[in-house]
Amino acid sequence: MPLSYTILVIAIPLLMFLFLGLAGVKMGKKLTGVIGVCAMGVTTVIAYAVALTYFFGTGEQVVDGVRQQLVLNDWTWLKFSDHLVVKLGVLLDPISAMMLIVITTVSFMVHLYSLGYMSDHHGKPEKGFQRYYAFLALFTFSMLGLVVSTNIFQMFIFFEMVGVSSYLLIGFYYTSPAAVHASKKAFIVTRLADLFFLIGIMVLSFYTSTFDFTDLMKNPANALASAQGATFMGCSVMAWALTCIFIGGAGKSAMYPLHIWLPDAMEGPTPVSALIHAATMVVAGVYLIARMFPLYVLEQGAMDIICVVGAFTAFYAAAIACVQSDIKRALAFSTISQIAFMMTSLAVSNADGALIEIHEGYGLGYMASMFHLFTHAMFKALLFLCAGAIIHAVHSNENSDMHGLHKFMPITSIAFLIGCLAIAGIPPFAGFWSKDEILVACYAKGLGWGLWMSMVAGLTAFYMFRIYFLIFFWKKHEVHTEHAPADQPWTMTLPLIILAAISIVAGFVPAGNLVTWDGAALTTHMDWSVAGASVLIALVGIALAFRLYYKENELPEKMKNALPNLWEAAYRRFYMDELYQFITHKVIFQNISKPIAWFDRTVIDGTMNLLGDITNSASYAIRRLQSGSIQWYVFVYLVGVLLIAGVTMVCVLI
Amino acid sequence: MYLVPSLVMFGCGVFGFITRKNMIAMLISLELMLNSVDINFVVFNRFLYPEQHEGMFFTLFAIAIAAAETAVAIALIINVYRVVKNVDINQLTKLKF
Repeated sequence: MPLSYTILVIAIPLLMFLFLGLAGVKMGKKLTGVIGVCAMGVTTVIAYAVALTYFFGTGEQVVDGVRQQLVLNDWTWLKFSDHLVVKLGVLLDPISAMMLIVITTVSFMVHLYSLGYMSDHHGKPEKGFQRYYAFLALFTFSMLGLVVSTNIFQMFIFFEMVGVSSYLLIGFYYTSPAAVHASKKAFIVTRLADLFFLIGIMVLSFYTSTFDFTDLMKNPANALASAQGATFMGCSVMAWALTCIFIGGAGKSAMYPLHIWLPDAMEGPTPVSALIHAATMVVAGVYLIARMFPLYVLEQGAMDIICVVGAFTAFYAAAIACVQSDIKRALAFSTISQIAFMMTSLAVSNADGALIEIHEGYGLGYMASMFHLFTHAMFKALLFLCAGAIIHAVHSNENSDMHGLHKFMPITSIAFLIGCLAIAGIPPFAGFWSKDEILVACYAKGLGWGLWMSMVAGLTAFYMFRIYFLIFFWKKHEVHTEHAPADQPWTMTLPLIILAAISIVAGFVPAGNLVTWDGAALTTHMDWSVAGASVLIALVGIALAFRLYYKENELPEKMKNALPNLWEAAYRRFYMDELYQFITHKVIFQNISKPIAWFDRTVIDGTMNLLGDITNSASYAIRRLQSGSIQWYVFVYLVGVLLIAGVTMVCVLI
Repeated sequence: MYLVPSLVMFGCGVFGFITRKNMIAMLISLELMLNSVDINFVVFNRFLYPEQHEGMFFTLFAIAIAAAETAVAIALIINVYRVVKNVDINQLTKLKF
């Protein structure tokens, strides 16, 4: 299939959004859903064809075994100056082709799954079904547009658009105050981060006078040199710009301390969480850094910040995930932790400093990060969809309402187990291969980084299996509702099976040959000492979880009581939300916003009111002049004309 | 010489328009002013440019339009009379703020 068909992959979801959004209400709910699923299916097929052609076809995309960046379409949209032009276009390179596969696969699964999830137990679709499908299509369009961006400004536009569609979908149940709060929180936090992104873009484009990724990446050293000498607060301007852009990415990717919106975003429908808040949108930040990787490699300071933030977030989120009782929140923290893995992996990529020549281990982190992004999207979507099936069956998010579901929902249980094994990094499941590459890259950076990430990997195994055992085992399930929980209809089970299958085999994708930062194949070899160690750590984590949570016992309660403060702190997410609440309400609102509000109300509004009052009273005073009597007007006019005529005559005569 | 009656007519028109309270009378005064201007047109045309006829035709147009306009004005006055049973200009304060 010609690569130029990529534009179709983006156009179909956009058309579906317009069609379903405008005509959906007139059509039946079922019909809307079926049309949405079919359109997404077609999109997925085209995306696969394009991506496979890109990776395995022969043509302009491969030159001497190096995959090229192809700019397929480029329309000028805004022209600021001769150099600074905002374009909209389609860029195809290894990571965007990979993202096309990831997004369309997960989106298609979620479309299909939602047919079942957004209906009640009798198969009757919920209120707002059409709206839901229209928003899903909008999100898919924005995300696809984001990954094929040809320039950083287009990326920013689509960054905002995924933010909006995420906002709309989190707040889908707009009658619930929690959902409304969560959607606002997500929007505001990511918006704040995007402000930094915009500043970064401006600074970057000011010095390099281009937005195009191809221009920037062709000669990253030149791009950086263009701002030589310009410093701000002791650091080079470029370092600031790249850090600002990273903050934008960190907001979307929920890096500490901008992660607070993601757990709350779980108020949205579960398939939405799977699509947006686990598989696609939250990796936009990672994708952004990967897209600008050649620049970041040369800017060691920015890379160090990413590295530290990533490593810390990975541990922080994993620690919180160990104690959450709401399964979606636990999965959300797991997502944060895994994305932090990808970030760290990108950041450790330049193991020995700002070197431009390729050497052993260089670019491995990049490859590992993208590979992990791919596998993580698959197994995390699987886990979320499983969680959705469970929630749909028991009508609760709390794992205390679940327990012992293995007997009732065997297919879901096995699919969840596969997801857990994949994320824990047990061979041969997908997560093992990608996480192993990440750990190798971390060890190449330094022993400390490697050990830290290995420990987090162990924690990952522990908390995932804690969730698994608490949901499916622990004790016998007590049936509260009138019908016992069971495996869900085929529309919900089929995506689980497909994603589980992908999670098993995705690790065998030769990512080293396909997705590298410069397009050339990267030879990877298994580092068996790292792999063995990480499997061992994962097994220890699983064994610990098995001991604590497989059958009902007192140990977890005892542990909780032994360290009540720590447990409480972790459960309350180390008080980050309270801290934000304090800063925003007590500090910012109290000390900055209130004086500004006072100034606005009294000084600015006062001036305006004064002007209005003066005009009002003045016109009230002189309103008698306009009596409405035409005869009076005519008389005044006549007198005026006669006077003027008289004066003129006198003047002429004299 | 022809301008004198025209001047007298115009003066009467202005005086009538300002002093009369009856709307019909005001309308008549208005017509008076219009006709005096028409006379002026004809007079100036006749004495200054006798070989041309613009003034004449302009007057014909003015008369035609004045007729139409008078018809409209009378219709308005009749309707006003139907509503308020009065055509006194000072009594028509219904639409005043």
